[in-house]
Amino acid sequence: MMARLIEGVPRRALVLLALLLAGLIVAPWLANDYLITTLILILYFAYTGQAWNVMMGFAGQLSLGHAIYVGLGGYASAALFVHFGIAPWLGLIAAVAVAVACGAIIGFLAFRFRVGGVYFAILTIAFAEFARIGFDHLSWVGASSGFFLPVANYSRSDLWNLRGSPTMFYYVILALTVGAFVLCHALLKSRMGHYWQAIREDEVAARSLGINTFRYKMYAVVISAGMTSVAGVFFAFYYNNLFPEQVFSIGRSIELILSPVIGGIGTLFGPIVGAFLLTGLSEAMQNLLSQLGIDVPGAKQVFYGLCLLAVVLAVPEGVWPWLKRGVGLKGEST
Amino acid sequence: MTALLRVDEVGKRFRGLTAVDKVSFSIEPSTIFALIGPNGAGKTTLFNIIAGLITPDGGAITFAGERIDRLPPDAVCRRGIGRTFQLVRPFPNLSVEDNVIAGALLRRPDVVRARHRAHEVLWQLDLFDRRHQRASTLTLPDRKRLEVARALATDPKLLLLDEVMAGLRPAETDRMVVILTKLNRETGLTILLIEHVMRAVMALASRVLVLHHGAAIAEGPPSAVVREPAVIESYLGAEAVE
Repeated sequence: MMARLIEGVPRRALVLLALLLAGLIVAPWLANDYLITTLILILYFAYTGQAWNVMMGFAGQLSLGHAIYVGLGGYASAALFVHFGIAPWLGLIAAVAVAVACGAIIGFLAFRFRVGGVYFAILTIAFAEFARIGFDHLSWVGASSGFFLPVANYSRSDLWNLRGSPTMFYYVILALTVGAFVLCHALLKSRMGHYWQAIREDEVAARSLGINTFRYKMYAVVISAGMTSVAGVFFAFYYNNLFPEQVFSIGRSIELILSPVIGGIGTLFGPIVGAFLLTGLSEAMQNLLSQLGIDVPGAKQVFYGLCLLAVVLAVPEGVWPWLKRGVGLKGEST
Repeated sequence: MTALLRVDEVGKRFRGLTAVDKVSFSIEPSTIFALIGPNGAGKTTLFNIIAGLITPDGGAITFAGERIDRLPPDAVCRRGIGRTFQLVRPFPNLSVEDNVIAGALLRRPDVVRARHRAHEVLWQLDLFDRRHQRASTLTLPDRKRLEVARALATDPKLLLLDEVMAGLRPAETDRMVVILTKLNRETGLTILLIEHVMRAVMALASRVLVLHHGAAIAEGPPSAVVREPAVIESYLGAEAVE
Protein backbone atom coordinates (compact mmCIF):
# COMPACT_ATOMS: atom_id res chain seq x y z
CA MET A 1 0.00 0.00 0.00
CA MET A 2 2.66 2.52 1.03
CA ALA A 3 4.86 1.47 -1.85
CA ARG A 4 2.02 2.02 -4.23
CA LEU A 5 1.22 5.41 -2.77
CA ILE A 6 4.66 6.80 -3.42
CA GLU A 7 5.05 5.05 -6.77
CA GLY A 8 5.69 7.54 -9.52
CA VAL A 9 6.32 10.44 -7.13
CA PRO A 10 9.67 12.04 -8.02
CA ARG A 11 12.40 11.59 -5.39
CA ARG A 12 12.95 15.32 -5.20
CA ALA A 13 9.28 15.79 -4.28
CA LEU A 14 9.56 13.18 -1.53
CA VAL A 15 12.61 14.92 -0.05
CA LEU A 16 10.89 18.31 -0.12
CA LEU A 17 7.81 16.79 1.45
CA ALA A 18 9.82 15.15 4.24
CA LEU A 19 11.64 18.43 4.97
CA LEU A 20 8.38 20.37 5.08
CA LEU A 21 6.81 17.82 7.42
CA ALA A 22 9.88 17.75 9.69
CA GLY A 23 9.82 21.54 9.88
CA LEU A 24 6.15 21.55 10.81
CA ILE A 25 6.67 18.87 13.47
CA VAL A 26 9.45 20.77 15.26
CA ALA A 27 7.81 24.18 14.80
CA PRO A 28 6.23 24.37 18.31
CA TRP A 29 9.70 24.20 19.90
CA LEU A 30 10.93 27.11 17.83
CA ALA A 31 7.88 29.29 17.52
CA ASN A 32 6.05 31.51 20.00
CA ASP A 33 2.33 31.30 20.72
CA TYR A 34 1.43 33.88 18.12
CA LEU A 35 3.24 31.94 15.40
CA ILE A 36 1.59 28.72 16.52
CA THR A 37 -1.91 30.20 16.25
CA THR A 38 -1.03 31.52 12.80
CA LEU A 39 0.21 28.07 11.76
CA ILE A 40 -3.01 26.56 13.10
CA LEU A 41 -4.98 28.92 10.89
CA ILE A 42 -2.81 28.10 7.89
CA LEU A 43 -3.21 24.35 8.38
CA TYR A 44 -6.94 24.76 8.97
CA PHE A 45 -7.30 26.41 5.56
CA ALA A 46 -4.96 23.89 3.96
CA TYR A 47 -7.18 21.09 5.31
CA THR A 48 -10.53 22.61 4.31
CA GLY A 49 -9.07 23.61 0.94
CA GLN A 50 -7.99 20.02 0.38
CA ALA A 51 -11.50 18.81 1.26
CA TRP A 52 -13.17 21.29 -1.08
CA ASN A 53 -10.69 20.37 -3.80
CA VAL A 54 -12.07 16.82 -3.91
CA MET A 55 -15.33 18.16 -5.24
CA MET A 56 -14.15 21.00 -7.45
CA GLY A 57 -10.55 20.18 -8.30
CA PHE A 58 -11.02 16.46 -8.85
CA ALA A 59 -14.65 16.04 -9.93
CA GLY A 60 -15.33 19.53 -11.31
CA GLN A 61 -18.37 20.31 -9.15
CA LEU A 62 -18.25 23.90 -7.87
CA SER A 63 -19.48 24.33 -4.31
CA LEU A 64 -19.72 27.87 -2.97
CA GLY A 65 -21.47 26.82 0.22
CA HIS A 66 -18.90 24.62 1.90
CA ALA A 67 -19.28 26.54 5.16
CA ILE A 68 -22.44 24.48 5.68
CA TYR A 69 -20.37 21.35 6.31
CA VAL A 70 -18.01 23.15 8.69
CA GLY A 71 -21.04 24.51 10.56
CA LEU A 72 -22.92 21.22 10.71
CA GLY A 73 -19.82 19.39 11.92
CA GLY A 74 -19.10 22.04 14.53
CA TYR A 75 -22.65 22.24 15.83
CA ALA A 76 -23.20 18.47 15.89
CA SER A 77 -20.07 17.71 17.90
CA ALA A 78 -20.40 20.76 20.18
CA ALA A 79 -24.05 20.01 20.97
CA LEU A 80 -23.23 16.40 21.85
CA PHE A 81 -20.37 17.56 24.07
CA VAL A 82 -22.28 20.31 25.87
CA HIS A 83 -25.60 18.53 26.27
CA PHE A 84 -24.51 14.93 26.77
CA GLY A 85 -20.83 15.12 27.58
CA ILE A 86 -19.91 13.05 24.56
CA ALA A 87 -16.25 13.44 23.63
CA PRO A 88 -15.48 15.17 20.32
CA TRP A 89 -13.80 12.11 18.83
CA LEU A 90 -17.12 10.27 19.22
CA GLY A 91 -19.08 13.35 18.27
CA LEU A 92 -17.01 13.37 15.12
CA ILE A 93 -18.88 10.31 13.90
CA ALA A 94 -22.19 12.14 14.27
CA ALA A 95 -20.70 15.26 12.68
CA VAL A 96 -19.51 13.34 9.64
CA ALA A 97 -22.82 11.50 9.39
CA VAL A 98 -24.84 14.73 9.42
CA ALA A 99 -22.58 16.41 6.85
CA VAL A 100 -22.58 13.35 4.60
CA ALA A 101 -26.39 13.21 4.75
CA CYS A 102 -26.60 16.90 3.90
CA GLY A 103 -24.12 16.52 1.03
CA ALA A 104 -26.06 13.52 -0.25
CA ILE A 105 -29.31 15.54 -0.30
CA ILE A 106 -27.72 18.46 -2.16
CA GLY A 107 -25.94 16.11 -4.56
CA PHE A 108 -29.03 14.01 -5.21
CA LEU A 109 -31.25 17.03 -5.89
CA ALA A 110 -28.67 18.58 -8.21
CA PHE A 111 -27.46 15.54 -10.13
CA ARG A 112 -30.81 13.76 -10.35
CA PHE A 113 -32.46 16.84 -11.83
CA ARG A 114 -29.39 17.81 -13.85
CA VAL A 115 -28.62 21.06 -12.10
CA GLY A 116 -25.08 21.75 -13.20
CA GLY A 117 -22.41 24.43 -13.38
CA VAL A 118 -23.38 27.83 -12.05
CA TYR A 119 -26.82 26.62 -11.00
CA PHE A 120 -25.26 23.90 -8.90
CA ALA A 121 -23.05 26.50 -7.22
CA ILE A 122 -26.12 28.63 -6.47
CA LEU A 123 -27.87 25.60 -4.97
CA THR A 124 -24.94 25.06 -2.59
CA ILE A 125 -25.11 28.72 -1.51
CA ALA A 126 -28.86 28.36 -0.96
CA PHE A 127 -28.37 25.40 1.36
CA ALA A 128 -25.74 27.23 3.39
CA GLU A 129 -28.19 30.10 3.74
CA PHE A 130 -30.99 27.73 4.81
CA ALA A 131 -28.67 26.41 7.49
CA ARG A 132 -27.71 29.89 8.65
CA ILE A 133 -31.33 30.95 9.02
CA GLY A 134 -32.34 27.62 10.53
CA PHE A 135 -29.62 27.67 13.18
CA ASP A 136 -30.44 31.28 13.94
CA HIS A 137 -33.73 29.95 15.32
CA LEU A 138 -32.58 26.70 16.86
CA SER A 139 -32.60 27.48 20.57
CA TRP A 140 -31.23 24.04 21.49
CA VAL A 141 -27.86 25.29 20.29
CA GLY A 142 -28.22 28.89 21.38
CA ALA A 143 -29.93 30.26 18.24
CA SER A 144 -28.62 33.64 17.09
CA SER A 145 -26.95 34.48 20.40
CA GLY A 146 -24.36 31.79 19.80
CA PHE A 147 -23.37 28.44 21.23
CA PHE A 148 -20.50 28.23 23.69
CA LEU A 149 -18.30 25.45 24.91
CA PRO A 150 -17.21 25.61 28.55
CA VAL A 151 -13.80 27.24 28.81
CA ALA A 152 -11.57 26.58 31.77
CA ASN A 153 -7.88 26.68 32.44
CA TYR A 154 -6.52 23.27 31.82
CA SER A 155 -3.36 22.39 33.62
CA ARG A 156 -2.56 19.80 31.00
CA SER A 157 -3.85 18.97 27.55
CA ASP A 158 -6.78 16.56 27.42
CA LEU A 159 -6.58 15.17 23.92
CA TRP A 160 -9.63 12.96 24.30
CA ASN A 161 -11.89 15.93 25.11
CA LEU A 162 -9.94 18.33 22.89
CA ARG A 163 -9.32 20.73 25.76
CA GLY A 164 -5.87 22.20 26.05
CA SER A 165 -3.10 24.37 24.75
CA PRO A 166 -2.64 25.74 21.23
CA THR A 167 0.25 23.30 20.80
CA MET A 168 -2.13 20.36 21.19
CA PHE A 169 -4.52 21.88 18.66
CA TYR A 170 -1.58 22.50 16.38
CA TYR A 171 -0.64 18.83 16.31
CA VAL A 172 -4.27 17.81 15.82
CA ILE A 173 -4.70 20.03 12.76
CA LEU A 174 -1.27 19.02 11.46
CA ALA A 175 -2.27 15.36 11.69
CA LEU A 176 -5.57 16.12 9.94
CA THR A 177 -3.83 18.02 7.16
CA VAL A 178 -1.30 15.25 6.59
CA GLY A 179 -4.11 12.67 6.68
CA ALA A 180 -6.15 14.64 4.15
CA PHE A 181 -3.13 14.96 1.89
CA VAL A 182 -2.44 11.22 1.94
CA LEU A 183 -6.12 10.39 1.49
CA CYS A 184 -6.48 12.78 -1.46
CA HIS A 185 -3.32 11.43 -3.04
CA ALA A 186 -4.68 7.88 -2.77
CA LEU A 187 -8.08 8.94 -4.09
CA LEU A 188 -6.56 10.73 -7.06
CA LYS A 189 -4.55 7.64 -8.03
CA SER A 190 -7.52 5.30 -7.64
CA ARG A 191 -10.15 4.28 -10.15
CA MET A 192 -12.47 6.83 -8.58
CA GLY A 193 -9.90 9.60 -9.03
CA HIS A 194 -9.49 8.78 -12.71
CA TYR A 195 -13.26 8.76 -13.13
CA TRP A 196 -13.64 12.09 -11.31
CA GLN A 197 -11.11 13.72 -13.60
CA ALA A 198 -12.83 12.31 -16.67
CA ILE A 199 -16.13 13.77 -15.43
CA ARG A 200 -14.46 17.10 -14.71
CA GLU A 201 -13.03 17.24 -18.22
CA ASP A 202 -16.10 16.14 -20.19
CA GLU A 203 -19.12 14.52 -18.63
CA VAL A 204 -20.73 13.35 -21.88
CA ALA A 205 -17.52 11.67 -23.00
CA ALA A 206 -17.14 10.14 -19.53
CA ARG A 207 -20.59 8.56 -19.75
CA SER A 208 -19.77 7.14 -23.17
CA LEU A 209 -16.95 5.21 -21.45
CA GLY A 210 -19.43 3.46 -19.18
CA ILE A 211 -18.86 5.74 -16.18
CA ASN A 212 -21.92 6.13 -13.98
CA THR A 213 -21.41 9.86 -13.60
CA PHE A 214 -24.27 10.31 -11.12
CA ARG A 215 -22.74 7.82 -8.72
CA TYR A 216 -19.20 9.21 -8.92
CA LYS A 217 -20.34 12.80 -8.51
CA MET A 218 -22.28 11.69 -5.43
CA TYR A 219 -19.13 10.07 -4.02
CA ALA A 220 -17.23 13.32 -4.55
CA VAL A 221 -19.81 15.44 -2.74
CA VAL A 222 -20.19 13.02 0.14
CA ILE A 223 -16.44 12.52 0.69
CA SER A 224 -15.80 16.26 0.46
CA ALA A 225 -18.66 17.03 2.88
CA GLY A 226 -17.49 14.42 5.38
CA MET A 227 -13.90 15.67 5.29
CA THR A 228 -14.99 19.28 5.68
CA SER A 229 -17.17 18.50 8.70
CA VAL A 230 -14.09 17.19 10.56
CA ALA A 231 -12.66 20.70 10.23
CA GLY A 232 -15.93 21.92 11.76
CA VAL A 233 -15.35 19.77 14.85
CA PHE A 234 -11.87 21.22 15.15
CA PHE A 235 -13.21 24.74 14.66
CA ALA A 236 -15.83 24.37 17.42
CA PHE A 237 -13.41 23.00 20.01
CA TYR A 238 -10.61 25.38 19.11
CA TYR A 239 -12.64 28.59 19.18
CA ASN A 240 -15.18 27.39 21.77
CA ASN A 241 -18.00 29.37 20.18
CA LEU A 242 -20.30 29.10 17.19
CA PHE A 243 -22.48 31.85 15.72
CA PRO A 244 -24.75 30.96 12.80
CA GLU A 245 -24.19 34.40 11.24
CA GLN A 246 -20.47 33.66 11.10
CA VAL A 247 -19.98 29.95 10.53
CA PHE A 248 -22.57 29.61 7.74
CA SER A 249 -21.91 32.97 6.07
CA ILE A 250 -21.02 33.04 2.40
CA GLY A 251 -17.88 34.94 3.37
CA ARG A 252 -16.69 31.81 5.18
CA SER A 253 -17.48 29.65 2.18
CA ILE A 254 -15.44 31.92 -0.03
CA GLU A 255 -12.57 31.98 2.48
CA LEU A 256 -12.47 28.17 2.41
CA ILE A 257 -11.92 28.02 -1.34
CA LEU A 258 -9.29 30.76 -1.62
CA SER A 259 -6.34 28.53 -0.71
CA PRO A 260 -6.88 26.00 -3.50
CA VAL A 261 -7.83 28.76 -5.96
CA ILE A 262 -4.62 30.66 -5.22
CA GLY A 263 -2.49 27.54 -4.87
CA GLY A 264 -3.87 25.56 -7.80
CA ILE A 265 -7.26 23.86 -8.19
CA GLY A 266 -7.08 20.10 -8.65
CA THR A 267 -3.53 19.79 -7.34
CA LEU A 268 -2.55 18.19 -4.03
CA PHE A 269 -0.07 20.88 -3.00
CA GLY A 270 -2.24 23.76 -4.21
CA PRO A 271 -4.37 24.10 -1.06
CA ILE A 272 -1.27 23.89 1.17
CA VAL A 273 0.80 26.40 -0.81
CA GLY A 274 -2.24 28.68 -1.11
CA ALA A 275 -2.94 28.57 2.63
CA PHE A 276 0.67 29.41 3.50
CA LEU A 277 0.77 32.27 1.04
CA LEU A 278 -2.59 33.77 1.80
CA THR A 279 -2.85 33.39 5.56
CA GLY A 280 0.87 33.82 6.13
CA LEU A 281 1.10 37.02 4.12
CA SER A 282 -2.12 38.51 5.45
CA GLU A 283 -1.04 37.88 9.07
CA ALA A 284 2.34 39.44 8.34
CA MET A 285 0.66 42.44 6.78
CA GLN A 286 -1.71 42.92 9.71
CA ASN A 287 1.22 42.68 12.07
CA LEU A 288 3.11 45.29 10.16
CA LEU A 289 0.09 47.60 10.08
CA SER A 290 -0.53 47.30 13.80
CA GLN A 291 3.13 47.91 14.60
CA LEU A 292 3.03 51.03 12.49
CA GLY A 293 -0.05 52.00 14.46
CA ILE A 294 -2.28 52.00 11.40
CA ASP A 295 -5.78 50.66 11.91
CA VAL A 296 -7.41 49.75 8.62
CA PRO A 297 -10.67 47.78 8.98
CA GLY A 298 -11.16 45.31 6.15
CA ALA A 299 -7.48 45.33 5.20
CA LYS A 300 -7.46 41.52 5.14
CA GLN A 301 -10.31 41.36 2.64
CA VAL A 302 -8.66 43.92 0.39
CA PHE A 303 -5.45 41.93 0.60
CA TYR A 304 -7.27 38.70 -0.37
CA GLY A 305 -8.80 40.53 -3.29
CA LEU A 306 -5.43 41.77 -4.49
CA CYS A 307 -3.94 38.28 -4.14
CA LEU A 308 -6.74 36.79 -6.22
CA LEU A 309 -6.31 39.48 -8.83
CA ALA A 310 -2.57 38.89 -9.04
CA VAL A 311 -2.99 35.12 -9.36
CA VAL A 312 -5.74 35.33 -11.95
CA LEU A 313 -3.66 37.71 -14.06
CA ALA A 314 -0.22 36.17 -13.63
CA VAL A 315 -0.69 32.44 -12.95
CA PRO A 316 -4.34 31.53 -13.68
CA GLU A 317 -3.76 27.81 -13.03
CA GLY A 318 -2.49 28.66 -9.53
CA VAL A 319 0.81 29.28 -7.81
CA TRP A 320 1.76 25.63 -7.27
CA PRO A 321 1.87 24.49 -10.94
CA TRP A 322 4.07 27.50 -11.62
CA LEU A 323 6.24 26.87 -8.55
CA LYS A 324 6.52 23.19 -9.43
CA ARG A 325 8.16 23.99 -12.74
CA GLY A 326 10.52 26.27 -10.85
CA VAL A 327 11.76 23.54 -8.49
CA GLY A 328 12.18 21.12 -11.36
CA LEU A 329 9.26 18.77 -10.79
CA LYS A 330 7.20 17.94 -13.80
CA GLY A 331 4.41 15.68 -14.92
CA GLU A 332 1.98 14.28 -12.36
CA SER A 333 -0.99 16.31 -11.22
CA THR A 334 0.32 16.39 -7.65
CA MET B 1 -25.95 -16.51 -37.45
CA THR B 2 -27.86 -14.05 -35.27
CA ALA B 3 -27.21 -10.36 -35.60
CA LEU B 4 -25.12 -8.57 -32.96
CA LEU B 5 -27.10 -5.38 -33.35
CA ARG B 6 -30.66 -5.18 -34.64
CA VAL B 7 -32.39 -1.86 -35.25
CA ASP B 8 -36.13 -2.20 -35.83
CA GLU B 9 -38.33 0.60 -37.13
CA VAL B 10 -36.48 3.18 -35.06
CA GLY B 11 -37.76 6.74 -35.44
CA LYS B 12 -37.08 10.16 -33.95
CA ARG B 13 -38.80 13.48 -34.54
CA PHE B 14 -37.57 16.86 -33.35
CA ARG B 15 -40.73 19.00 -33.35
CA GLY B 16 -41.83 18.96 -37.00
CA LEU B 17 -38.62 17.48 -38.35
CA THR B 18 -38.33 13.75 -38.83
CA ALA B 19 -34.67 13.11 -38.18
CA VAL B 20 -34.86 9.33 -38.33
CA ASP B 21 -37.80 7.71 -40.13
CA LYS B 22 -38.46 4.10 -39.15
CA VAL B 23 -35.04 2.77 -39.99
CA SER B 24 -34.29 -0.94 -39.75
CA PHE B 25 -31.07 -2.83 -40.28
CA SER B 26 -28.94 -5.42 -38.57
CA ILE B 27 -25.23 -6.00 -38.20
CA GLU B 28 -23.65 -9.46 -38.16
CA PRO B 29 -20.86 -10.12 -35.65
CA SER B 30 -17.29 -9.37 -36.78
CA THR B 31 -18.34 -7.34 -39.79
CA ILE B 32 -17.88 -3.70 -40.69
CA PHE B 33 -21.08 -1.85 -41.48
CA ALA B 34 -21.15 1.69 -42.88
CA LEU B 35 -23.83 4.34 -42.61
CA ILE B 36 -23.62 6.94 -45.35
CA GLY B 37 -25.75 9.78 -46.65
CA PRO B 38 -25.77 13.54 -47.19
CA ASN B 39 -25.41 16.03 -44.34
CA GLY B 40 -28.54 16.19 -42.23
CA ALA B 41 -29.67 12.71 -43.28
CA GLY B 42 -29.97 11.63 -39.65
CA LYS B 43 -26.83 9.51 -39.39
CA THR B 44 -25.51 11.04 -36.18
CA THR B 45 -29.00 11.10 -34.64
CA LEU B 46 -29.38 7.38 -35.33
CA PHE B 47 -25.93 6.86 -33.90
CA ASN B 48 -26.77 8.75 -30.73
CA ILE B 49 -29.97 6.74 -30.39
CA ILE B 50 -27.99 3.50 -30.48
CA ALA B 51 -25.45 4.89 -27.98
CA GLY B 52 -28.23 5.94 -25.60
CA LEU B 53 -27.67 9.67 -25.81
CA ILE B 54 -31.06 10.22 -27.50
CA THR B 55 -34.23 8.28 -26.68
CA PRO B 56 -36.10 7.13 -29.80
CA ASP B 57 -39.82 7.88 -30.26
CA GLY B 58 -40.49 4.33 -31.33
CA GLY B 59 -38.94 1.09 -32.49
CA ALA B 60 -36.57 -1.31 -30.84
CA ILE B 61 -32.81 -1.75 -30.64
CA THR B 62 -31.50 -5.14 -29.65
CA PHE B 63 -27.87 -5.76 -28.84
CA ALA B 64 -26.62 -9.30 -28.25
CA GLY B 65 -30.18 -10.42 -27.60
CA GLU B 66 -31.04 -7.62 -25.16
CA ARG B 67 -33.15 -4.50 -25.67
CA ILE B 68 -30.95 -1.43 -25.19
CA ASP B 69 -33.18 1.44 -26.33
CA ARG B 70 -34.11 3.54 -23.26
CA LEU B 71 -30.81 2.66 -21.53
CA PRO B 72 -28.57 5.61 -20.57
CA PRO B 73 -25.24 5.95 -22.43
CA ASP B 74 -23.08 4.56 -19.63
CA ALA B 75 -25.25 1.44 -19.39
CA VAL B 76 -25.06 0.99 -23.18
CA CYS B 77 -21.27 1.15 -22.95
CA ARG B 78 -21.23 -1.43 -20.16
CA ARG B 79 -23.24 -3.80 -22.39
CA GLY B 80 -20.34 -3.64 -24.87
CA ILE B 81 -20.82 -0.72 -27.25
CA GLY B 82 -17.98 1.81 -27.52
CA ARG B 83 -18.30 5.07 -29.42
CA THR B 84 -16.42 8.09 -30.72
CA PHE B 85 -17.78 11.59 -31.24
CA GLN B 86 -18.00 13.37 -34.57
CA LEU B 87 -16.52 16.46 -32.97
CA VAL B 88 -13.78 14.82 -30.93
CA ARG B 89 -14.07 15.19 -27.17
CA PRO B 90 -10.85 14.00 -25.55
CA PHE B 91 -10.28 14.95 -21.90
CA PRO B 92 -8.12 17.98 -22.77
CA ASN B 93 -6.12 18.43 -19.56
CA LEU B 94 -5.37 14.75 -19.02
CA SER B 95 -2.45 12.96 -20.59
CA VAL B 96 -3.07 10.71 -23.57
CA GLU B 97 -2.42 7.73 -21.31
CA ASP B 98 -4.92 8.89 -18.65
CA ASN B 99 -7.52 9.45 -21.36
CA VAL B 100 -7.26 5.81 -22.35
CA ILE B 101 -7.00 4.55 -18.75
CA ALA B 102 -10.40 6.18 -18.06
CA GLY B 103 -11.80 3.78 -20.66
CA ALA B 104 -9.77 0.75 -19.63
CA LEU B 105 -10.91 0.97 -16.00
CA LEU B 106 -14.38 -0.20 -17.03
CA ARG B 107 -13.34 -3.86 -17.29
CA ARG B 108 -10.24 -3.59 -15.07
CA PRO B 109 -10.92 -1.78 -11.80
CA ASP B 110 -7.26 -2.10 -10.85
CA VAL B 111 -5.38 0.97 -12.08
CA VAL B 112 -2.13 -0.89 -12.80
CA ARG B 113 -3.90 -3.43 -15.00
CA ALA B 114 -5.91 -0.67 -16.66
CA ARG B 115 -2.62 1.08 -17.50
CA HIS B 116 -1.29 -2.09 -19.12
CA ARG B 117 -4.42 -2.34 -21.23
CA ALA B 118 -4.15 1.35 -22.13
CA HIS B 119 -0.58 0.80 -23.33
CA GLU B 120 -1.69 -2.09 -25.54
CA VAL B 121 -4.36 0.04 -27.14
CA LEU B 122 -2.01 2.99 -27.54
CA TRP B 123 0.39 0.70 -29.43
CA GLN B 124 -2.40 -0.44 -31.72
CA LEU B 125 -3.35 3.15 -32.49
CA ASP B 126 0.25 4.41 -32.96
CA LEU B 127 -0.05 6.74 -29.97
CA PHE B 128 2.28 5.05 -27.50
CA ASP B 129 5.08 7.58 -27.99
CA ARG B 130 2.70 10.42 -27.23
CA ARG B 131 1.28 8.88 -24.05
CA HIS B 132 2.64 11.54 -21.68
CA GLN B 133 1.47 14.45 -23.79
CA ARG B 134 -1.61 16.42 -22.78
CA ALA B 135 -4.53 15.49 -25.03
CA SER B 136 -5.11 19.16 -25.86
CA THR B 137 -1.68 19.37 -27.50
CA LEU B 138 -2.37 16.63 -30.06
CA THR B 139 -3.00 17.27 -33.72
CA LEU B 140 -6.43 16.46 -35.16
CA PRO B 141 -5.43 13.09 -36.68
CA ASP B 142 -3.90 12.10 -33.32
CA ARG B 143 -6.99 13.23 -31.44
CA LYS B 144 -9.17 11.18 -33.79
CA ARG B 145 -7.06 8.11 -33.05
CA LEU B 146 -7.19 8.90 -29.35
CA GLU B 147 -11.00 8.83 -29.52
CA VAL B 148 -10.81 5.38 -31.07
CA ALA B 149 -8.23 4.24 -28.49
CA ARG B 150 -10.31 5.42 -25.55
CA ALA B 151 -13.44 3.69 -26.82
CA LEU B 152 -11.48 0.55 -27.66
CA ALA B 153 -10.06 0.41 -24.13
CA THR B 154 -13.57 -0.35 -22.81
CA ASP B 155 -13.32 -3.69 -24.71
CA PRO B 156 -16.45 -3.20 -26.80
CA LYS B 157 -18.06 -5.91 -28.89
CA LEU B 158 -19.33 -3.20 -31.19
CA LEU B 159 -17.47 0.01 -31.96
CA LEU B 160 -19.40 3.02 -33.25
CA LEU B 161 -17.19 5.41 -35.21
CA ASP B 162 -18.64 8.79 -36.14
CA GLU B 163 -16.65 10.26 -39.05
CA VAL B 164 -13.21 9.35 -37.75
CA MET B 165 -11.74 10.05 -41.20
CA ALA B 166 -13.22 13.52 -41.60
CA GLY B 167 -10.54 16.18 -41.83
CA LEU B 168 -7.74 13.67 -42.32
CA ARG B 169 -5.29 13.79 -45.21
CA PRO B 170 -5.37 10.80 -47.59
CA ALA B 171 -2.25 9.30 -45.98
CA GLU B 172 -3.85 9.60 -42.54
CA THR B 173 -7.08 8.07 -43.86
CA ASP B 174 -5.15 5.09 -45.21
CA ARG B 175 -3.41 4.71 -41.85
CA MET B 176 -6.77 4.64 -40.07
CA VAL B 177 -8.16 2.15 -42.61
CA VAL B 178 -5.21 -0.16 -41.96
CA ILE B 179 -5.68 0.09 -38.18
CA LEU B 180 -9.42 -0.60 -38.34
CA THR B 181 -9.03 -3.51 -40.75
CA LYS B 182 -6.42 -5.03 -38.48
CA LEU B 183 -8.64 -4.66 -35.41
CA ASN B 184 -11.54 -6.24 -37.23
CA ARG B 185 -9.49 -9.16 -38.57
CA GLU B 186 -7.41 -9.88 -35.50
CA THR B 187 -9.91 -9.37 -32.69
CA GLY B 188 -13.19 -9.95 -34.49
CA LEU B 189 -14.39 -6.49 -33.46
CA THR B 190 -17.67 -5.44 -35.05
CA ILE B 191 -17.65 -1.88 -36.36
CA LEU B 192 -20.44 0.50 -37.33
CA LEU B 193 -19.12 3.61 -39.00
CA ILE B 194 -20.55 6.83 -40.29
CA GLU B 195 -18.35 8.06 -43.07
CA HIS B 196 -18.21 10.57 -45.88
CA VAL B 197 -14.86 9.47 -47.20
CA MET B 198 -16.02 6.98 -49.80
CA ARG B 199 -12.63 5.41 -50.43
CA ALA B 200 -12.55 4.43 -46.76
CA VAL B 201 -16.08 3.05 -46.94
CA MET B 202 -15.27 1.03 -50.05
CA ALA B 203 -12.11 -0.33 -48.46
CA LEU B 204 -13.63 -1.23 -45.11
CA ALA B 205 -17.34 -1.99 -45.17
CA SER B 206 -18.94 -5.25 -46.15
CA ARG B 207 -22.41 -3.69 -46.01
CA VAL B 208 -23.62 -0.13 -46.43
CA LEU B 209 -26.86 1.59 -45.47
CA VAL B 210 -27.73 4.88 -47.17
CA LEU B 211 -29.87 7.39 -45.28
CA HIS B 212 -31.62 10.31 -46.93
CA HIS B 213 -33.96 12.66 -45.05
CA GLY B 214 -33.98 10.20 -42.18
CA ALA B 215 -35.09 7.22 -44.24
CA ALA B 216 -33.10 4.25 -45.51
CA ILE B 217 -32.99 4.43 -49.32
CA ALA B 218 -30.57 1.61 -50.05
CA GLU B 219 -28.71 -1.20 -48.35
CA GLY B 220 -26.26 -3.78 -49.55
CA PRO B 221 -22.61 -4.41 -50.36
CA PRO B 222 -20.82 -1.12 -51.15
CA SER B 223 -20.10 -1.95 -54.78
CA ALA B 224 -23.81 -2.50 -55.44
CA VAL B 225 -25.06 0.43 -53.37
CA VAL B 226 -22.94 3.02 -55.18
CA ARG B 227 -24.54 2.01 -58.47
CA GLU B 228 -28.11 2.57 -57.31
CA PRO B 229 -29.65 5.58 -59.07
CA ALA B 230 -31.32 6.89 -55.89
CA VAL B 231 -28.01 6.91 -54.05
CA ILE B 232 -26.21 8.62 -56.92
CA GLU B 233 -28.88 11.26 -57.17
CA SER B 234 -29.21 12.07 -53.49
CA TYR B 235 -25.70 11.67 -52.25
CA LEU B 236 -22.82 10.75 -54.49
CA GLY B 237 -23.63 13.17 -57.31
CA ALA B 238 -23.50 12.59 -61.04
CA GLU B 239 -19.72 12.71 -61.29
CA ALA B 240 -19.50 9.49 -59.33
CA VAL B 241 -21.14 7.58 -62.24
CA GLU B 242 -18.25 6.75 -64.48
